[in-house]
Amino acid sequence: MTNIICITCPKGCHLSVDEQNDCAVTSNACPRGAEYGRNEVLHPVRVVTSTVRLEGGALPRLPVKTDRPLPKEKVFDCMRLLDGLTVTAPVKTGQVIAAHILGTDVDIVATRSL
Amino acid sequence: MRYELVIIGGGPAGLSAAYAAWGAGCRSICIVERDHALGGILGQCIHNGFGLHYFKEELTGPEYAERFIELVGQTGVAIKLDAMVLEITPDKRVHLVSSAGGYEVLEAGAIVLAMGCRERTRGAIGIPGTRPAGVFTAGTAQRYLNIEGYMVGKRVIILGSGDIGLIMARRMTLEGARVLACVEVMPYSGGLTRNIVQCLHDFDIPLYLSHTITNIEGRDRVQGVTVAKVDADRRPIPGTEMHFDCDTVLLSVGLIPENELSRGAGIRMDPRTNGPIVYQDMQTSLGGVFACGNVLHVHDLVDFVTAEAARAGQAAAAYVKGGRAPSGRTLAIENGALVGYTVPQRIDMDAAFDAVDVFFRVRAVCGASRIVVRDAAGAMIASFGRAHLAPGEMETIKLPRVSLDKAQGALTVSIEEETK
Repeated sequence: MTNIICITCPKGCHLSVDEQNDCAVTSNACPRGAEYGRNEVLHPVRVVTSTVRLEGGALPRLPVKTDRPLPKEKVFDCMRLLDGLTVTAPVKTGQVIAAHILGTDVDIVATRSL
Repeated sequence: MRYELVIIGGGPAGLSAAYAAWGAGCRSICIVERDHALGGILGQCIHNGFGLHYFKEELTGPEYAERFIELVGQTGVAIKLDAMVLEITPDKRVHLVSSAGGYEVLEAGAIVLAMGCRERTRGAIGIPGTRPAGVFTAGTAQRYLNIEGYMVGKRVIILGSGDIGLIMARRMTLEGARVLACVEVMPYSGGLTRNIVQCLHDFDIPLYLSHTITNIEGRDRVQGVTVAKVDADRRPIPGTEMHFDCDTVLLSVGLIPENELSRGAGIRMDPRTNGPIVYQDMQTSLGGVFACGNVLHVHDLVDFVTAEAARAGQAAAAYVKGGRAPSGRTLAIENGALVGYTVPQRIDMDAAFDAVDVFFRVRAVCGASRIVVRDAAGAMIASFGRAHLAPGEMETIKLPRVSLDKAQGALTVSIEEETK
C-alpha cells in the first residue's frame, strides 16, 4: 500500500494505492484521482510548463507547456530541449512549437498569443 | 466622462466583474488598468492548475487570462490601459492619469474595486543581516524569470511556503538552479498540499517547518543565510542554527490587499483581511462601491476570484439599474474559535436572496471538525462536517435564508474539532 497526495486538483486528496490489488485507488474524491494514483505508482507523469525565446514579439519570452503529461523522468530532457528553441512572433495560443518531443506523442504548445 | 460602472483593475477579478456586469445588462462599463495589458498576475503564472472549477479543464495562467480577455473583448466594455487611478472620492469620481489621456476624472454610477494585492517584503518581516542584492519577493523573481527572461540566482533559499514560493522552488529548479530549502516559520505550510508535493517532493527540496532565517550575509550579493528552529512563540531557539551557502533568497511571506484607494474613499476596512468590509453582494460600506478578488481577501484559487468577481459585477449592474445600499436589518458575521476571518462580514437581511455563501480561513490545521454557526443567543444556526481544514485552503459554507431568518443578533462561525 502506498499513500500519496493527489496533485490533479487543488483539493489534494490523500490517496491509498494498493499494489497487491492491481493498484486499486481508495480515498479519492473523483475518477481523476483514481487515474492519477495508479499512474503515479506505475509510471508517473507531469505536465511541463516553461518559456522559450521569442523574437519580434512584445515580450522576450513565450510561455509554453506540454500538451499532455510527459513521463516524469523526461522532464529535465524536456527543459534542455526548450532551452534550444527560438520562436518568431506572431504566435497563437495552442500553436505547436515542437511536435512529438523526445520520442513521445507529446507536443510543446504556446500558452499565450504574442 | 461618465460610465455607469468603472472597474479598477484589469486582472482576473476586474475582467470577470466586467463580463458579468455586461451579461447583467450594464452597457456602460470601463476597466482602468495600470499595466500595458489585461490579465494581471496571471501573465507571469505560467504553471498550470487554473480553471478546473470554472472552465472544467486545466489551464496555465496566461491561457486563463486570455479566455477572459477574449470574452470581455466581445463586449462593448471600454478599456483604459497604462492608466493609474490616483483617487476615488465618496461621490464615486475616479481620478486617473495616463500618458494617452493625461489627467481624467470619470464619474461612475457604481465602482468595482479589483486592485488585487502585493507581496510582503523583507522590510515587512524585518530579517536581520546585511542588505545585499539577491533578496527578492517570489513574485518579483517569477516576473523576471517568466516575463523578462532573467534567471535571478543559482543557489536559492526560499523563506515562506506560500504557493508562489513553492511554485518558484520548482520553476528555479527546472531552470537549473539548486533550491537548497524552503523555510517556513509556522508549523504548517501556507500553500496548497498539491504544491508541496509537485514542487518540493518531486525535486527532493526539504521543507523546514517551524524554522526561519535569522541572518542574511553578503556585502554586494547574498553569500549565505542562517536558519534556526523557532519555538511556539516563533522565537529562534539558540543552538539550532544551520548555515546555507546561497546567492539568492526568495520571500513568499504573505500578500497584502492593495487598498490605498479604498481607504482614501473612506471605505470601512476589516483588520482581519486588510480588505473592505462587504455584504453578501460584495458591496462595501460606501453604497455602490463593490470589492472582489485579492483586494478583498487573498484567495488561493483564481477560479474563486472569478466567481466572487462575477457576483460583484452582477450586483454592481443591479445597483446601477436602481439598486440600493444595504441599510436597516443587517447581521454581522464574527469569527469564533480557530476562524481567522469571514467574507462577507455582514449580511443584508433586507436584500432578496436564497442563501449566502460565506468564505473563511481557519487559523490552524484541523483534523475532522465541525464548522458551527451560532447566533448571539448561542443557538445553532447551521453546522457542517469537514474531514480536514488548513489555513492554506479557503473554506466555504452556504447559509440558507430560512436559517438566517431565525438568527438573533450577530453570527459567530467557529470550528469544533471532533475528539479522536
